[in-house]
Amino acid sequence: MTPLLSVRDLHVGFGRDPQANEVVRGISFDLADGETLAIVGESGSGKSVTALSINRLIDFGGGRITGGAMKLKRADGSLFDLTSAAEPQLRGIRGAEIGMIFQEPMTSLNPVLTIGSQIEESFRLHRGLTGRQATAAAKDALDRVRIPDAARRLKYTPNQLSGGMLQRVMIAIALACNPRLLIADEPTTALDVTVQAQIMALLAELKRETGMSVIFITHDIGLVAGIADKVMVMQNGQAVEQGELNQILDRPRHPYTQHLLQDVPHFARGGATRADGQRDKDPHAEPALKVDGLVVRFPLKSNFFSRATGAVHAVDGVDFDLMPGETLAIVGESGSGKSTTAKAVLGLVRSTRGSFSVGARKASAERSAKPVQMVFQNPYASLNPRLAIESILAEPVIANGGRVDTETRAKMASLLERVGLPRNSLERYPHEFSGGQRQRLCIARALMLNPSVVVLDEAVSALDVSVQAKVLELLVELQREFGLAYLFISHDIAVVERIAHRIAVIYAGQIVEIGDAASVLSKPKHSYTKKLIAAVPTIDRRREHFEIDTRQVPSLVRPQGFEPAPALWERFGSDHMARVEA
Amino acid sequence: MRTLRAIFGHGSGRIGGVIVSVYLLIAILGLFGLTPHNPITQFRVDRLHAPNGAYWMGTDLFGRDVASRLMAGIGQSFTVAFFSVAFATLAGTVLGLAAAWLGRRWDGVVMRIMDVLLAFPAILLALLIVTVAGPGTWTSVVAIGIVYTPIFTRVVRGPALSLKAREFVDAARTFGSSSSYIVTRHLLLNLVAPLTVQVTLALAWALLTEAGLSFLGLGTQPPAASLGLMLSDSRNLMETAPWLMIFPGLTIMISILGFNLLGDALRDILDPRMRRAPA
Repeated sequence: MTPLLSVRDLHVGFGRDPQANEVVRGISFDLADGETLAIVGESGSGKSVTALSINRLIDFGGGRITGGAMKLKRADGSLFDLTSAAEPQLRGIRGAEIGMIFQEPMTSLNPVLTIGSQIEESFRLHRGLTGRQATAAAKDALDRVRIPDAARRLKYTPNQLSGGMLQRVMIAIALACNPRLLIADEPTTALDVTVQAQIMALLAELKRETGMSVIFITHDIGLVAGIADKVMVMQNGQAVEQGELNQILDRPRHPYTQHLLQDVPHFARGGATRADGQRDKDPHAEPALKVDGLVVRFPLKSNFFSRATGAVHAVDGVDFDLMPGETLAIVGESGSGKSTTAKAVLGLVRSTRGSFSVGARKASAERSAKPVQMVFQNPYASLNPRLAIESILAEPVIANGGRVDTETRAKMASLLERVGLPRNSLERYPHEFSGGQRQRLCIARALMLNPSVVVLDEAVSALDVSVQAKVLELLVELQREFGLAYLFISHDIAVVERIAHRIAVIYAGQIVEIGDAASVLSKPKHSYTKKLIAAVPTIDRRREHFEIDTRQVPSLVRPQGFEPAPALWERFGSDHMARVEA
Repeated sequence: MRTLRAIFGHGSGRIGGVIVSVYLLIAILGLFGLTPHNPITQFRVDRLHAPNGAYWMGTDLFGRDVASRLMAGIGQSFTVAFFSVAFATLAGTVLGLAAAWLGRRWDGVVMRIMDVLLAFPAILLALLIVTVAGPGTWTSVVAIGIVYTPIFTRVVRGPALSLKAREFVDAARTFGSSSSYIVTRHLLLNLVAPLTVQVTLALAWALLTEAGLSFLGLGTQPPAASLGLMLSDSRNLMETAPWLMIFPGLTIMISILGFNLLGDALRDILDPRMRRAPA
């Protein structure tokens, strides 16, 4: 039987001389009807370029197909040559026969049009539906992706919907014309882990219903286990290994696949936590950081002149302490208040209430900035592109009245060496470094002031998986060497498992569970923690899906003067407690 | 040095760079009186003489050498353009940074004032200022400077606001860096590129505005030479002595072309992503 899509020796290049700048170098695969192929690779591996070449969207990104053949079996059984087709023909194929969803649902939809009109567009273009018919079809499409209350949601604009909902809308648009091939380019990367699980489950269900084929592109090999029939692993524009799911996951042959499966953090349900806990060593030790009753609220005003009518309770009563040499991970979804907690500790956000003590002395919220340093999520945005590395590393010193003398320079050189960067880095500029190297620079900069606490706000989230593992390793080494306490903020449970001694799970501005990492991960007690852990994809969970749960996170907006009820805690073991649920 | 080399390696930068350099040279010669003839000496015998070996661009109604007057005029126009753009850049940068950094009420007040200034057509506002203060070189400088200040304020404020929200500014706050350090190193340094481009383009507009003011008799006062004044004088003699109009007209046109080409080239070159990594 002819496959739905057959790709042979595909070459794609960019720039003025595409032959010399090939990004995809000889990819071949077949995709049968109803089959799911997962393309796995890190950034720059050519996985997205391969996907975009299939529906020839690559033409608009400056790419050229420089060799090979791609044949699509059309609905009537005829073969369509995708490599040589002209743009007008391709327009009939895109959307109708090949649907596509992208990584960022927030930017893939037009913010000024209602989602209804954006779904209807697809029906208008490919099925010629207009007016009421198109609206009815759009409502059905939303129903199909399990958006509750679809008729009303049609009138929403994208800013009124959450990321997960928007990705559902994107899927609804992509599936509007029942394409037989869906290309999903990292469709869940920008989403929270529980939302990711929902979207994955939805995709699997829709696939079952429609019998379409899917090409699923991801950097996360753990995600693949839940959905793929076949896997292709890409590196530097070439497929280093391809085959059946079980064969790739159980008997990887290529060293790169083995590396992806072994060296990269995978969730092990509390089985891979660190054994060098600091709690029990010295019962009389002073905590490096103690946070008591932290509250951060942002008042809401309906207009400039009126009084505040309510407040966003971003952080609502958070307490924890952090011992020297210990890592406390704060885990939660976007909007749960984890980053706000970190910013409040650093004094970047004014806290409404609560106290911090850093080390032995009690510091006010404003001035606790120096013994506590921070490494930010995005290594591309956290270094000033106009300053040489020397000036960047000197800034903390200058800010605290120091001078750039031989001593400072020696410190810079030794820190650079310590984080694994070449000595000649000082005269260079940030854009000359890769993402992982930049994050090392940020770590070095944070250490210039000899802090006792380092806040790591999603510090490895923006990095490729194998770079992630190396930066985590470095962080652990630095922690041992300098006795640093880490406040590690992350949504990625697999990463947290590798670095945390203790974990605090935060939900809607409050800690719902806190305790020893192994205990929290292996025996979660709070319902939210259970849900969070259940949603983490792992390579052991093949083709396993979860209930679709469309419950939204509760609103954090509270009326003026609202105070939450005091927390009641239930203890489990020596260092593990969870909030009692109402 | 690197920027200079890059300009001459860039297609339109080379042309713009050469034009602007030649003009600068002529302006300096004109300012120091190194002209073929004295620009205000009247050679009564040779009134309205067509261009020849002695008078390269002919003479005007009073028998003054057009080439010499043109050189002096370029000197005059460039002086006004240079100082007025310097004024606008300084004022605009300070106001724009203040609005972006202080935010809230400051931002509102500063930007509303700039909106009011922007609402007037440039030449009308300049006319208004000159009419109130009386014509003259330095009033032109101030008038043109004020006219272009809002543009610089906007050019600075927008990017400064977005830079302010960048993580490296947050990072600087966590070290306890002072406001002045953050504003100069993190904001201003990143604004050098857009400002340079804006300065080049503003020089072209300022030249044009100066010519306009002089044309209307509110800029440089006779008998001193200026490009606008020369054009204005040529109006009634267009048919008998076309060189009186052609040479100043071409001079203005080419100078503006030069600045625009240079500005475009700078925009390409100063993008930090274009900077090559040393191998």
